Amino acid sequence: MIKWWKILSALLILYTLVLGMLGPVPHLNILHETIRNVYYHVPIWFAMLFQMGYSVVYAIKNLSKNDIETDIISNQAAQTGLFFALPGLLTGCMWAKFTWGTWWTFQDPKLNGVAIAVLIYLAYFILRSSIDDEQKRARIAGVYNIFAFVMMFVFIMILPRLTDSLHPGNGGNPAFAKYDLDSHMRMVFYPAVIGWVLLSLWILDIKKRLAILTHKENEQ
Amino acid sequence: MNNKIILFLVSFLIPFLGQAQDMVAPEMADTFRSEGKIYVVIAVLAIAFTCIIGYLIYIDIKLKKLENKK
Repeated sequence: MIKWWKILSALLILYTLVLGMLGPVPHLNILHETIRNVYYHVPIWFAMLFQMGYSVVYAIKNLSKNDIETDIISNQAAQTGLFFALPGLLTGCMWAKFTWGTWWTFQDPKLNGVAIAVLIYLAYFILRSSIDDEQKRARIAGVYNIFAFVMMFVFIMILPRLTDSLHPGNGGNPAFAKYDLDSHMRMVFYPAVIGWVLLSLWILDIKKRLAILTHKENEQ
Repeated sequence: MNNKIILFLVSFLIPFLGQAQDMVAPEMADTFRSEGKIYVVIAVLAIAFTCIIGYLIYIDIKLKKLENKK
């Protein structure tokens, strides 16, 4: 009854919860045991990026096929992505407090980029809710979605790499240089990424089916 | 097709099976670990996560029933 990939996502995350805590990690200054956050904090952001990508793919599908169901999926994926930004931000703040000494800093381009990206997507939902006509809303939201995704990608993935970033592994910060070579960590990190992306797909699946059901209900 | 994907994903876990025997706790939190209480935390994490997954499965099945009614 439950699809296999949903169970797989649960098993993969359970595996990373146990081995992420017990497995060996490189001994690094400043990071210490918090290097294990890479098993939880980073996959959550991967899930967020994946959902936004999913959303823009369905926005393009909607613009080319004009099918209202693709617009519903696009909207739900953006919502799921924004939801994953919340644990992503909170876990990041927690970690920053104990490694950088502050909950939030505007010194780091990745944090600034994320803040802007979240605002861009909040504007997406405001834009959606301000248009009553279904077809018109689908088209305008679809166009804005493409813009939002490109901006988010630039702000999160490109700009932080062009300047100095406090984030480990970005902008010449060597904190994770050792991690890059660590095969023990990869054995937990990659399953964690797959697990969290699948979990976000599971949540999207439920949200999408619920939204389509509600939409059909309203049409009758 | 599906079986191949499962095999591919499961293959990530294979290298860990071999080294599970000689896994040494990192020095950084040795006292924490030597008390053995870290396993309690892991058990709590596992229980919390399993509960959430159980709830997700419950919602999923409930939704399926609603869809089938239509």
